[in-house]
Amino acid sequence: MRDKQIENLKDYKYGFSTDIESFKAPKGLNEEVIRFISNIKKEPDWLLQWRLKAFERLKVLEEPDWQKPKYPKIDYQDLYYYSAPKSFKEKPKNLEDLDPKLLETYKKLGIPLQEQKRLNGIAVDAVFDSVSVATTFKDTLTEKGIIFCSISEAIQKHPDLVRKYLGSVIPITDHFFATLNSAVFTDGSFVYIPPNVKCPMELSTYFRINASDTGQFERTLIIADKGSYVSYLEGCTAPMRDENQLHAANVELIALDDAEIKYSTVQNWYPGDKDGKGGIYNFVTKRGLCKGKNSKISWTQVETGSAITWKYPSCILKGDNSIGEFYSIAITNNHQKADTGTKMIHLGKNTKSKIISKGISAGKSDMTYRGLVDISKNAANSTNFTQCDSLLMGNKCGAHTVPYIKNKNSNSSIAHEATTSKISEDQLHYCQQRGLNQEEAVGLIVNGFCKEVLQQLPMEFAVEAQKLVGISLEGSVG
Amino acid sequence: MEQKLKTDFDKFISTSNFSNQEIKLKKEALDNFFKKGFPSKKLENWKFSDINQIIQKNIGELAFYNDYNVENEINDDIFIKEIEHNKIVIVNGKVERLSFEYEEKDKINLSTLDNFNQNSNEDNSLLSLNNCFSNKIHNILVKKYYSFKKPLIIYQITNDKVSNTNINFQLNFELEENSSIKIINLSDDNSEKNFINNLFNFNLSKNSILKNYKIDKKNNTNIKYDYSSIIQKENSISETFIFSSGSHYIKNEVNCNLEGKYSSAFINGIHQLSKNKHHEIRSNTKHLYENTKSYQLIKSVIDDSSKSVYQGKIYVDSKAQKTDGYQLSRAVLLNEQAEFNAKPELEIYADDVKCSHGSASGSLDEDSIFYLMSRGLDKKTAKELLINGFLLDVVEKITDEEIKILLKNMIGLN
Repeated sequence: MRDKQIENLKDYKYGFSTDIESFKAPKGLNEEVIRFISNIKKEPDWLLQWRLKAFERLKVLEEPDWQKPKYPKIDYQDLYYYSAPKSFKEKPKNLEDLDPKLLETYKKLGIPLQEQKRLNGIAVDAVFDSVSVATTFKDTLTEKGIIFCSISEAIQKHPDLVRKYLGSVIPITDHFFATLNSAVFTDGSFVYIPPNVKCPMELSTYFRINASDTGQFERTLIIADKGSYVSYLEGCTAPMRDENQLHAANVELIALDDAEIKYSTVQNWYPGDKDGKGGIYNFVTKRGLCKGKNSKISWTQVETGSAITWKYPSCILKGDNSIGEFYSIAITNNHQKADTGTKMIHLGKNTKSKIISKGISAGKSDMTYRGLVDISKNAANSTNFTQCDSLLMGNKCGAHTVPYIKNKNSNSSIAHEATTSKISEDQLHYCQQRGLNQEEAVGLIVNGFCKEVLQQLPMEFAVEAQKLVGISLEGSVG
Repeated sequence: MEQKLKTDFDKFISTSNFSNQEIKLKKEALDNFFKKGFPSKKLENWKFSDINQIIQKNIGELAFYNDYNVENEINDDIFIKEIEHNKIVIVNGKVERLSFEYEEKDKINLSTLDNFNQNSNEDNSLLSLNNCFSNKIHNILVKKYYSFKKPLIIYQITNDKVSNTNINFQLNFELEENSSIKIINLSDDNSEKNFINNLFNFNLSKNSILKNYKIDKKNNTNIKYDYSSIIQKENSISETFIFSSGSHYIKNEVNCNLEGKYSSAFINGIHQLSKNKHHEIRSNTKHLYENTKSYQLIKSVIDDSSKSVYQGKIYVDSKAQKTDGYQLSRAVLLNEQAEFNAKPELEIYADDVKCSHGSASGSLDEDSIFYLMSRGLDKKTAKELLINGFLLDVVEKITDEEIKILLKNMIGLN
């Protein structure tokens, strides 16, 4: 029975695609396409100008190539930059109007959009290709003054907030992929938590790429006003396709005085097949700004999918006494590659940061932790602690650690440690002796290895993530 | 700069007597340097120390022609009296004296090389520059089963006759099976504003032992690049100790290739910096075979507006199972303006390995200072005592007792 279950899980269970008619922008990257996107979303002129400015900048930028995983050159002219289900020309007012096929898709993914079916009280914003299809629990949130909607809606309804904060953490002059996103972003989530409000439920966005030849460029903007708190979750899947698909999202977090944002990701994009064919290129820019005093931003990520994962969720600790945290589990198997880590930029006094990174590589995969800790001259009494551990399974994979450490303040301290090892024979033997088969034993040990990070996830996600960790490593031992 | 390089190169060739083969190789090296120029921070290895900029800022226009025909006087006062030793005296990049008076003559073979070591040529323009402008390369071969009776001290002297000049120097060591040598490399700089580019090649055969201690203590305004390439076969041991304090800028690069089983490499270093000095150590240890071991310990004490950099890389090939690699770097920042940068790096392709690194930086522990002060020491003495202990840790790693005592006195750590 158990073996059968494992057999079923070996395949990527989210690999189906929904047969739904979609409405696309013409292929290619040019000014017309940007105008097309802006127009169809009925955006104000300032945003169009902002996009065009980013596009101008993009023309002179070069694609970076310092990363460890190399990939064939992407033809940016051969992509669709906008794709939406046809029924979405006019956004449905409520769930009853939603295309049943879409509802079916999310049901299959285990994300029910009907609120009554949702027991655990998580508000969801579902993004399908380029558009947000539904946001749940709106009423409960509105009562508290919390704004949780798609970014397109926010641009219409809350233009002042968007205009004030959009691009304030990731400016349009940033690196290549971030700028590309600024020019062509289609949808994403927007969250605003008013002063002194503790968000009563977890907010969640579920991303789904469906159409082929499309790139997904979503933009998430979260603002936690003074003294507020929010916990935000992000999940993602895509169908199995033979070609590589690009996902270049931007996520901006802003925490004002005494605010706290907790951002969790369980990333399970299609990783490609056993021979490394297909899969998502996950090139995401995530950056949080601890703008106010005593603010806190915490990133937790479980990265199991994607052909190539290339991202560094970062914290800019600008406010005095602010705190940045980064907890990460990255697992690569078969031909997957990951180059991930974080940046902690200490600018304010008494700032603290903590980095816990666990990397597991199996099969023929390659994993790199790359991180930066930079304590500037004025960041007196700041501390950083970094721990990155890697686990290797087999001798065809690689595990690398590349930390950059810069200390410019004599009152601050940085401690960094890293280890690389394999699962010890003793531990395996012990578990097997007590009746676990080899794969179960490995699963158990790996879960123990990752525990420090899994603990940081909200309950429901933790269970899901724990399962994912097991599945991702199927077939990697023996 | 290009024009200057060309005219200086022609002048250099016409005043020296190199064979046609050597001239050909030197021309190739020059072309290679032309293509790349001085490394800048765009290159990953030079991220923290942009030598192109540093040379521009501190020296400006560099002369590449260095007259190797000049006879330089050697003042015997500079020789170390405490221990008996063999000598190589190098003045301004030219070998002036080679004396192996304490060794058996038939156990050592001294020669000059016709062509330089190509294998250390990896993508490094400074090595090309060195290959191009260095004088005849001396090769010291230690024969089978011979251990040096006394240490070899290499005196690297510059005098006030050179300034704003690029000095290149290269030396080769070959250790045959079961041989061993102890080397102290002592810098004695009396010149200002030169760019000194050194290259040392070590080839270690089975069971051989190399102990190499590099001391840069005398204050000077020179800019230095020092590259050691150590290639190790089965069961060989290399021990490198770096004390870097005197020069304005110095980058010590140690490249160890562990090619034979049971070979091991130890690299330990101290940065003791003040004023606006900028020193870097970069170690690159490659584990290329099973059962190899490496260990690095680097400690920095950084005062005033000086800057210390440590880049340490441990590479483990997929063949190199059972590797044991350990690396630790620690820094104490004494002044607001001081800066410490580190990049400890692991690149691992084998699963049955034990590799770890650690890096910590911060100020002196207030509690420790308080403890010492409460026992009657004034603050200055307390700090000195703590720094002394902090650095002594590295000196204690020196395995040769005689040299350890000598160096302790020389550096002033007790």
